Amino acid sequence: MSEHHIPEAHIQLEGASKRYALPGGEHFDAVRDVSLRVTRGEALGIIGQSGAGKSTLLRLINLLERPDSGNVLLDGRELTRLGKSDLRAVRREIGMIFQQFNLLQNLTVAENVAFPLRVAGTPRGEIALRVAENLERVGLAGKAAAYPAQLSGGQKQRVGIARALVTRPSVLLCDEPTSALDAQTTRSVLELLSGIHRELGVTIVIVTHELAVARALCQRVAVLEQGRLVEEIRLDAPAEQSVIRPAVAQPITELARELLRGHSAREAAHV
Amino acid sequence: MSDNLLAILPELWTAIGQTALMLAIAVGSGALLGGPLGVLVLLTSPGQSLAHPLSHSVLNGVVNAVRSFPFIILLVALVPFTRAVVGSSIGPVAAAVPLSFAAIPYFARLVEQTLREVPRGVVEAAHAMGASEWQIVWRVLLVEARSGLVLALTVLTVSLLSYSAVAGVVGGGGIGDLAIRYGYYRFQTDVMVLTVALLVTLVQLIQFTGNRLAARLDKR
Repeated sequence: MSEHHIPEAHIQLEGASKRYALPGGEHFDAVRDVSLRVTRGEALGIIGQSGAGKSTLLRLINLLERPDSGNVLLDGRELTRLGKSDLRAVRREIGMIFQQFNLLQNLTVAENVAFPLRVAGTPRGEIALRVAENLERVGLAGKAAAYPAQLSGGQKQRVGIARALVTRPSVLLCDEPTSALDAQTTRSVLELLSGIHRELGVTIVIVTHELAVARALCQRVAVLEQGRLVEEIRLDAPAEQSVIRPAVAQPITELARELLRGHSAREAAHV
Repeated sequence: MSDNLLAILPELWTAIGQTALMLAIAVGSGALLGGPLGVLVLLTSPGQSLAHPLSHSVLNGVVNAVRSFPFIILLVALVPFTRAVVGSSIGPVAAAVPLSFAAIPYFARLVEQTLREVPRGVVEAAHAMGASEWQIVWRVLLVEARSGLVLALTVLTVSLLSYSAVAGVVGGGGIGDLAIRYGYYRFQTDVMVLTVALLVTLVQLIQFTGNRLAARLDKR
């Protein structure tokens, strides 16, 4: 590998579009011609109003939704060209957490966390070790034998996070991970996620409609409007360099303006 | 105890055994063949992982067609088939053939409906974790729907118990046969009351067991 090579994007969308058929012959363009690069180890936020296509965009990355046109690349591999079993293998490199947690209610916490390894055919001894290690990480070592119904919302999301990390993925996709949680629990889940981001160096893509969540976790935020990526801003740059797409001096969307307002307020507080 | 009841007592034991045999065969084939059929009906339906409109309408049509037969018609219509398979059209094993025919599409429909209740998000999460279609059926749908499936099996068993009494009409044997031969044709009201009481008790027992098991399996 050449040292001077431009680093390859970890995740790359090239002109990806997704259209749903509606009853009555109509259709709905959920994602329109979106191109996006995510660098390895970066935390990218995708924000937008509800119905803007955020969740669909996120699902294009692990091909839970197949793009109608355009390309999805992970480490330069075109996912749309993979066969079923290769795609399953790639999905194990991509952890995912959900707004509604999506745990199996009839499995214990430990069995839920073990699930991705069991479907991958990992040996039992190793599963036990990794489940213990990840429950420890999310602070639920004592709840291994509990069922999800016995847990609080925040604990359920922690199980979801442990389950997503158990395969040691290089990417963590987060679909509104705190939207079903109260403010205090949201804060503790965000702290957990940002600790994971720091310590494991995992690439995070997080969809949220809460600007505070994007602020807490992300270096870069993409704004989606009616399926189009209309703006990208940096939260880790000085205010005048924060808008990176389109190349204009001032943020164009209300969401971006609000996000940067909070950002400069925070900067001011740090000074 | 009345003379009538004393007289049929030995036959009563045989009848209970015959009913149990018919039920075992029919519930067994309902579960083993109807269960997978129900999974297929679900998975071939629109929006599911094996969505296939043609297969779905064929399977769905077959399930509906068999289910629309009144059981007594099915019983008679299948006589040639039963003879070919069992070698006779009377007796509990012969009666188990049409009972199984009724059980398979019935259970298939119950399974399909029960599995449909599993939240889509959980299935989506399993896809995201790299599970195959087979693993999703086996490790997600059946696990998450297990208490509903036990209740479906309970409903199936109770229905088949009542169908098995109808099978008595064509010499299927069993408790219903006893009720018809003694209680009805010979006007032995006490025998009729006894057999009906027995059937009521059996249904209570089956339902109680099913409910208990379902509750124990349900961690939601």
